[in-house]
Amino acid sequence: MIFLTRRATFSASHYYWNDAWPAEKNEEVFGRCANRNGHGHNYTLEVTVAGEPDPVTGFVVDLKWLKDVIEREVLAAYDHRHLNLEVPEFAASKLIPTTENIAIAAWRRLEPVVTAAAEADSSRARLSRVRVYETPEIFAEYRGGL
Amino acid sequence: MSADFGKAYFGRRYTLSASHRLHSDALTTDENRAAFGKCNNPHGHGHNYVLEVLAGGAVDPETGMVVNMAALDAVVRAQVMERFDHANLNLDPLFVNRVPTTENLCRAVFGLLKDSLPAGDIEYVRVEETENNFFQCYGAGDDSWLEMRQVSE
Repeated sequence: MIFLTRRATFSASHYYWNDAWPAEKNEEVFGRCANRNGHGHNYTLEVTVAGEPDPVTGFVVDLKWLKDVIEREVLAAYDHRHLNLEVPEFAASKLIPTTENIAIAAWRRLEPVVTAAAEADSSRARLSRVRVYETPEIFAEYRGGL
Repeated sequence: MSADFGKAYFGRRYTLSASHRLHSDALTTDENRAAFGKCNNPHGHGHNYVLEVLAGGAVDPETGMVVNMAALDAVVRAQVMERFDHANLNLDPLFVNRVPTTENLCRAVFGLLKDSLPAGDIEYVRVEETENNFFQCYGAGDDSWLEMRQVSE
């Protein structure tokens, strides 16, 4: 099994706020992240696909294809956007765009596309891991709940 | 995303500066030199270590977090940074009879943190000694030697 990773970057703004809590509790738990005017990050997204290299191409998955999928499914929605206000999975249900939730949301955007393409190609490639760096020192990861 | 999406992971990186000397009293002078090379120089040397902690657990639906970063930072500061940052590792009680290689530092950090996280469990501890070498530990293994951590607290 080979694990192939493609990295991409996007810039977005967000804030942390739970509407079920009074303002004081939001400020206590989330600190400066609770500033309602928001703030931004240069995020780095790492997408890892696991599989066996194709005997003809030597690819687990075509990196150019994966790059295009990441751009279409994730970056087009997240890059230079306010996650709380403009990105449906966070805006509609007021889901807090923590690094953990961004990793889960990116996984949910990518996993069906990777799985469908693998099935169409009769390949066993599968999405293995999504890691999101909010800063070089802060990151979250999702492996499909495992 | 109120549904349960199972386990997620939160990772955090810290830097700490410390000195050490790789030397074993069980070896002769020549054997120490052969085993450890310049790392055996008598007065020790230092590194800017990078410590990476990955915590795994369910995402709290109220906060969207596996673990609150400020709470995690406070634990790492109390358990690890105050102990090892700007210290000579060889003088720590944990390393009196144990060579302070980065392998052993990695296991020590795992042991010091494993029961202390404010939420979630440690998936791994990684210690980067330089940009070109790093060590990763997924469990403390036989950590009976870490019991002496009680002595210094």
